Amino acid sequence: MPRLDATHRHEPTQVNQVKPYEKLRRDLAQRDRSLREKVVTLDDVASFVRDGDLVGIGGSTMSRTPMALIWSLIRAGKKKLTCSRSITSSDGDLLFASGACEHIITSWFSQGILWGVSKVMRHHVESGKARFEEWSHLAMGMRLRAGAMGVPFMPIRTMLGSDVLKQRPEAKEMECPFTGERLLLVPALNPDVALIHVQRCDAYGNAQIDGLQFVDIDLAMAANKVILSTERIVSNDQIRRVPDQTKIPFFTVDAIVEVPFGCAPHECYGVYEPMIRHMEYYVGLVNKDPIAGMRDYLDRFVYGPKSWAEFLDLIGIEEVLAAARLGNSIYDA
Amino acid sequence: MTHKPDYTAAELLAILSARQLKDGMVVFAGVGIPLLAATLAQRLHCPGLTILFEGGVVGAFVEPGKLPPSTNDQRCTARANMVLGSADVLLLLQRGYVDIGFMGGAQIDQYGNLNSSFIGDANHPAVRLPGTGGGNDIASLANMIVAMKHEKRRFVENVDFITSPGWMHGKDTRRQSGLPFGGMFRVVTDLAVFGFDENTHRIKPLALNLGVTREQVQDNTGFKLDFDSDVGLTEPPTDRELSVLRMLDPLRLYIG
Repeated sequence: MPRLDATHRHEPTQVNQVKPYEKLRRDLAQRDRSLREKVVTLDDVASFVRDGDLVGIGGSTMSRTPMALIWSLIRAGKKKLTCSRSITSSDGDLLFASGACEHIITSWFSQGILWGVSKVMRHHVESGKARFEEWSHLAMGMRLRAGAMGVPFMPIRTMLGSDVLKQRPEAKEMECPFTGERLLLVPALNPDVALIHVQRCDAYGNAQIDGLQFVDIDLAMAANKVILSTERIVSNDQIRRVPDQTKIPFFTVDAIVEVPFGCAPHECYGVYEPMIRHMEYYVGLVNKDPIAGMRDYLDRFVYGPKSWAEFLDLIGIEEVLAAARLGNSIYDA
Repeated sequence: MTHKPDYTAAELLAILSARQLKDGMVVFAGVGIPLLAATLAQRLHCPGLTILFEGGVVGAFVEPGKLPPSTNDQRCTARANMVLGSADVLLLLQRGYVDIGFMGGAQIDQYGNLNSSFIGDANHPAVRLPGTGGGNDIASLANMIVAMKHEKRRFVENVDFITSPGWMHGKDTRRQSGLPFGGMFRVVTDLAVFGFDENTHRIKPLALNLGVTREQVQDNTGFKLDFDSDVGLTEPPTDRELSVLRMLDPLRLYIG
């Protein structure tokens, strides 16, 4: 089997252009899918992503956001990424404001429902500096499902008639050849790279997800490369004890980073809830001044710390532990 | 109004919209007042209400004092029957398992179309709003209840942008757009409860809230409303409704 090296052989995705099946299969055939250990450090992650890549981000809103992976790509100075996510939160602010990404494909983008409209998103989109490409939540999921299934599109029955559809010439209406009904075809989304955070996986990449899985299984299957961050790397024996909990098979995975609290300040199901005090501090800072506030936040919390542990230290041990106590409490309900 | 009521506008919204739900229903609820109102109904007259959240939750039973900050957080899953992927929970709407979709609204028009995407021209917007989320999907597929604050700038003749479709341009235009099922059923505001005319599908007041006049509703609406002669009155919140609601949201996260 050919070895995968960190320099990539496939061409970057023309955003929203459906990949022909030939190319999809050829790209996959070139990947090293052998059973091998794939553990790397957080600093190594940047070598798996190229400027201009289409990056699929796992989790939704403030849940299981692969924040440490995003943080490391920003620190590495990645440019011109296009990112997709079901629902985008402060991760989108960071990607836009750092200049790592100029185009986000998503169904909803603000920091969180508690804080109104993100001034950072508004600043970048209204000034034309960056694009916020809107699809419905179901459409986002079904685009990845098509990508995961190796078919060029999926038919859905939403977005029809709306102005959301008028903004999306990439989607096509069709008359069903069986029933004559009107359907919307949404194009497959096959990201160059997927970033997914999980509760645990083994060194090969067999990954277990607790609680809400969102679109992450389809995302892993659809992408041409998968980078996992995980709260914990466990033994393969431990995975085999509860195979029903394994949601992502190792052969889709290309790199694994162990990052405890890797979603901070967002949540990881059963491990920690969002660090709301830090989120409130963040929102207050950046919504007051989306330019200077973001520069200040990026300097202090993204570029400043020497390591992810130092970033957690800046959030504060008290808040991290409180979030962990609440995270675990879901099992007491 | 003769005296200041001892409840907030958000509390009134939550209680009036909770009353629209019936026991045994399957309801797909958005975050904020819908989540709270559905949970309130579950604790009052609808113990058999099945609540769905777009994060992938089936049969939610949100804990008092632990209201989730969105419908994608772990708190949504407390005591739930099932968790699914987010596309799969939305597909339950498409298959037809959901009786009521229940959302908040930023801007609504005479045909119940909702805008949560743009203020002004979509290509050069004055304000970029957060977008549809699951709103478009829910409104495209289910009978809808919308709970929102009644302000002139939010109740406009035609929305700038149809994010989540109501009855489109009235009459049969929703069906003609490729949406044969669902549609706006009720709009609950702090001033009144509205339904939609069976034929024109235009919004119309069904009942006014305590102390609210027709003029007040009209003055806070950006287009001409047609009042039937038999417009009713809603019952004000009861002590029991208010106390259960406040027990659910002791931090007053959503009830103001």
